[in-house]
Amino acid sequence: MTNNFVFEKDLAAKKIHVVREFNAPIEKVWKAWTDPDLLEKWWGPKPWVAITKSMNFTVGGVWLYSMVGPDGQKHWSHVRFTAIEDGRRFAADTVFSDENGTVAPGASVGHWDNKFIATGDKTIVVVDLSFDDEATIKMMVEMGFEGGFTMGLNQLEELLG
Amino acid sequence: MRRDIYQAIADPTRRAILTLLTVGAMTPNAIAGHFGSSRQAVSKHIQILAECGAVDQDQRGREIYYQLNIDKMKEIDHWMEAFRKLWQTRFDQLDNLLNDL
Repeated sequence: MTNNFVFEKDLAAKKIHVVREFNAPIEKVWKAWTDPDLLEKWWGPKPWVAITKSMNFTVGGVWLYSMVGPDGQKHWSHVRFTAIEDGRRFAADTVFSDENGTVAPGASVGHWDNKFIATGDKTIVVVDLSFDDEATIKMMVEMGFEGGFTMGLNQLEELLG
Repeated sequence: MRRDIYQAIADPTRRAILTLLTVGAMTPNAIAGHFGSSRQAVSKHIQILAECGAVDQDQRGREIYYQLNIDKMKEIDHWMEAFRKLWQTRFDQLDNLLNDL
């Protein structure tokens, strides 16, 4: 399979394991995942775009961004970094919030653990996602679901057109 | 306690009950007949499955039958597929960005 994309789910354990190879050196890939200007260029699944309000890439620091849809809809997300091993790994907790980063009490939190492994000129990224309950996985899907859904409709239109 | 579909599938006995129900609707007695554990223990698992929305009750005369809630299972599948596509799209976009860096 191209790019060695792996997407494995262990629903009983509430975990998702994603692996992807990128044709770029690890420094560039790390930067693309941790620099807000670069994140905005790829994090939002088209036609959605991720717009950063603030980002403090330190342990305990927060990335506050909104996913902006084609009709101006906005979903704010609050990402708190829980671990950083410079250039190799970072972990974070992600949750829906408002534009001030205020999280509703009892909101579902998703957990990411992202590892970066250099293989020559290429880089393998391993993303482990875990969630606490059904509401969390629903939330994580919704964070990009509308994008995926719109994409599906576009493809349908192309097919019908 | 809040119940969700992942609690339904987190336990091996409950997974076995769900597998059993893929064949067709069954009464609690018939389900219990497939397990070595007590009827009460199996009843408790069925109750949790019902609370999770994984199974539905169907009253037929004096008997209650339990059947799989296929739509609920499909919903989970649907979320997972949407999520997989989301990451695929993101990564394709990241490929393009990395080419330009």
